[in-house]
Amino acid sequence: MNPARYAREIPHRYRLEAAKCKKCGAVFFPHRLICLKCGHRQFETIKISEHGKLETFTVIHTPASDFKDQSPFALGICKFPEGVRITAQIVDIDLEKVRIGMKLQVEFRRIQTDGHAGILSYGYKFVPVI
Amino acid sequence: MSKPVGIVGYGVHIPRYRIRVEEIAKVWGADAPSYKRGLELREKSVPPPDCDTITLSVEATKRALKRAQIDPAKIGAIYIGSESHPYAVKPSGTTVAEAIGATPDIHCADLEFACKAGSEGMYIALSHVKAGEMEYALGIAADTSQGAPSDALEYSASAGAAAFIMGRKNILAEIEYTHSFMTDTPDFWRREHEFYPQHAGRYTGEPAYFKHTLGCAKALLKKAGAEPGDFKYAVFHQPNGKFPMRVGKMLGFKTKQIEQGWLAPRLGNTYSGASPMGLAAILDVAKPGDRIFMVSYGSGAGSDGFIWKATDKLPAVQKVTTQTYALLDEKKFYLDYGTYAKFRRKILKNY
Repeated sequence: MNPARYAREIPHRYRLEAAKCKKCGAVFFPHRLICLKCGHRQFETIKISEHGKLETFTVIHTPASDFKDQSPFALGICKFPEGVRITAQIVDIDLEKVRIGMKLQVEFRRIQTDGHAGILSYGYKFVPVI
Repeated sequence: MSKPVGIVGYGVHIPRYRIRVEEIAKVWGADAPSYKRGLELREKSVPPPDCDTITLSVEATKRALKRAQIDPAKIGAIYIGSESHPYAVKPSGTTVAEAIGATPDIHCADLEFACKAGSEGMYIALSHVKAGEMEYALGIAADTSQGAPSDALEYSASAGAAAFIMGRKNILAEIEYTHSFMTDTPDFWRREHEFYPQHAGRYTGEPAYFKHTLGCAKALLKKAGAEPGDFKYAVFHQPNGKFPMRVGKMLGFKTKQIEQGWLAPRLGNTYSGASPMGLAAILDVAKPGDRIFMVSYGSGAGSDGFIWKATDKLPAVQKVTTQTYALLDEKKFYLDYGTYAKFRRKILKNY
């Protein structure tokens, strides 16, 4: 991961910040410079809720090389009350128990490790609610 | 008299994975019952590969913020005590501060003092608020502890974090007295570039843990003009299950005062997190007016002592987020040694 790109993505990766169009109210995650719906350029920063509903998922058995040691793992798309859908790994769960419609919560985790000496990338994953 | 200062928000995080003492003993041909008896612990928490001091700190702080109900931007400092900061050079504090929304007007420092680094962060945070330097300050105690394969530490070294927001408004537990006690004692250390700490065996007991914990506790009791019977709860550093109970009894505390914060038998030794997490478990149930006696210990060596008093604001926030015992006892996954070794990066991929 390029450190400059990583730093640019911190607001949405760390804090789940999204952009809400000040004209039409459309919400974008990650944020955008121009509203896809009305073309407006002014946005309000909002924070996505901690809990979402799993809409779909798959289990990855042959991951990209950086994620090989985590195989097999679940990757899901959750819908949040603000209307956005977010894709992330689903962890701390028995893969047999992952079900569409289940409530999941967002947890801060290490996402990627750039070899032995590169930067550590942090962000969000989904976990079952305690 | 100066205006009271204390904890205005607290939170804990514990990974969901566990390994039992029997599973570790089986691999090394050790006698599990004697380890369980000797260390007075049954199992320990294990961090998965995507969980480290930074992630544990963020999750614990999110819970502390739910209890404090404050704007994170008002936090003026963040101190993370740990002996497992993910980077050798790059602060854990800035990542945590970004994740909770406390940047950029904030002071950050990562602290290290073996298992005492967490209470150090709490002490410094408390001192800043007491001095009027800032409205709120955050002290975090977090570790993903290291223990070498087959070493006695491998049975106890675990993971967890506790976060405490210090402030003057809406105090949940007011600080009454503090005391610190230190000497140069080489009982446990880890040199640069080494994966695992080393320790001086039995020397870690009487001349190290007991000398400093007792020294700090006695001076703190004297400073406060108090006796063990004046406290509802007591919590000590817990490198295993046995030491905190023994040191508490030596001071005159009863089992009933110690057991609420005695997490080691089913959590292990969370190093910097140990006594702060025990304090959080006590705050989960304490009633207004209850006094809490706390003494940490870190090798090298020293102890920080605190006397807290629960306020009438505490009961209302105890259940607003997940409590310590729920994190400790619910939805756990037990690992076999192979998966544990993979999680803890103990398998050398020599290719």
